[in-house]
Amino acid sequence: MIEAELSRCVAAWCSGATGVTGAAKLSGGASQETWTFDIVHPGANIGAILRRSPSGYGAAPSRAAGLDAEATLMQLAHDAGLPSPKVLHVLRPEDALGTGFIMQRFEGETIARKILRDEQFAKARPKLARQLGGVLAGIHGLPASKLPKLRQVTATSEITDLEGEYRGFGRPRPVFDLALRWLRDHDPGPSREQTLVHGDFRHGNLIIGPDGVRAVLDWELAHTGDPMEDLGWICVNSWRFGEIDKPVGGFGSREELFAGYEAAGRRVDPDRARFWEVMGTLRWGVMCCGMMQRFRSGPDHSMERAMIGRRSSETEIDLLRLLAPRGN
Amino acid sequence: MQDEPIPTELIKAVADFLRNDIAPVISGHNAFKLRVAVNALDLVTRQLTLEAGSDAAEAARLARLLGMDGSLIELNRALSDKIAKGELDLETPGLAEHLWQTTMDKLAVDQPNYASYRRELGRKGD
Repeated sequence: MIEAELSRCVAAWCSGATGVTGAAKLSGGASQETWTFDIVHPGANIGAILRRSPSGYGAAPSRAAGLDAEATLMQLAHDAGLPSPKVLHVLRPEDALGTGFIMQRFEGETIARKILRDEQFAKARPKLARQLGGVLAGIHGLPASKLPKLRQVTATSEITDLEGEYRGFGRPRPVFDLALRWLRDHDPGPSREQTLVHGDFRHGNLIIGPDGVRAVLDWELAHTGDPMEDLGWICVNSWRFGEIDKPVGGFGSREELFAGYEAAGRRVDPDRARFWEVMGTLRWGVMCCGMMQRFRSGPDHSMERAMIGRRSSETEIDLLRLLAPRGN
Repeated sequence: MQDEPIPTELIKAVADFLRNDIAPVISGHNAFKLRVAVNALDLVTRQLTLEAGSDAAEAARLARLLGMDGSLIELNRALSDKIAKGELDLETPGLAEHLWQTTMDKLAVDQPNYASYRRELGRKGD
């Protein structure tokens, strides 16, 4: 049982800890798991999260930054005063828990539909877009010299990557071809400024409380590149959950997001952000097709995954609304 | 000739049973999975009902647009190829309309409650 290993592990670095309790797996893919547990402490119990690759799993998929890099980035963000959990411990071989890290647990909500509809978030919603703009500016301002080794992404490399993935599925989707063509024709070239890019800054990876954003999670897709990528991705229609007239996560406007970003001392390039919104819409569409492939080829033969495969058409209508809008 | 009830009638009966009799008595992750299951059955019903008509219309549009005959997948492959090469684009008469109609027909099966689709349906008659 994992609590025995965790108890031994926390005793080594958390002074006064007498064990752990309430360990439960929150999510688990083939190569990564997330667990929640409490460190039992005479003062007060400490809520903690374990993110790990169990022993015996090989290299992470090529897009993933790796758990060591995730821990470094989370700690960097925390040290810079950004809403980010404190990293409590990076796993060592003697912990016998695989590779990964243990971090502070934040209470709050990550489920979009609750954040967008529940009364307890009514006061937070109108200020979230501006707040998140400020958080992104902080992330993009983290010192390059302290970043771990990360993938470098340009608009051109991303288009090539997406096209390769799409062609690999072997099934024609003319709207995706139209989007790829548009992206190639509008590729703005390398960004003048290369920064850290979170890579998956959207509902699900943001812990929200009644007071606003509490923590940014999941640096798995972090890389370096055009900072406007993060601003485009959070505007992708798929993260608006029905509130399609509020481009930022279904709760705010681009203007508020951009204002929060600029108030923190960074410049927005709206055209680049728009370009990355188109790219992001296509990316989610390709990811939905990937789910269908995984469903069919077996590693995760679940009904949920199969049904996500049928959501790629949602990104096709959103791409058409972006690239070939009809009327007003 | 197969007997009745036809597949859509059978699937609808099963979906109604799960929705009305089973959903109220289960909870937690299984309740979530049950909703996904019912959604899947509803999707299949919509596809069985709508697919033949929309596929025929799509094939006719493609044949006109491309000036060739073929199966639906061959025609779509040819269209994808021409768009990728820049031989057809949004300036091509009929292309935007074709892509819109095809996409609307997919959403009618996949996610008829998707907000972008509802919005575009409301544009009818523009």
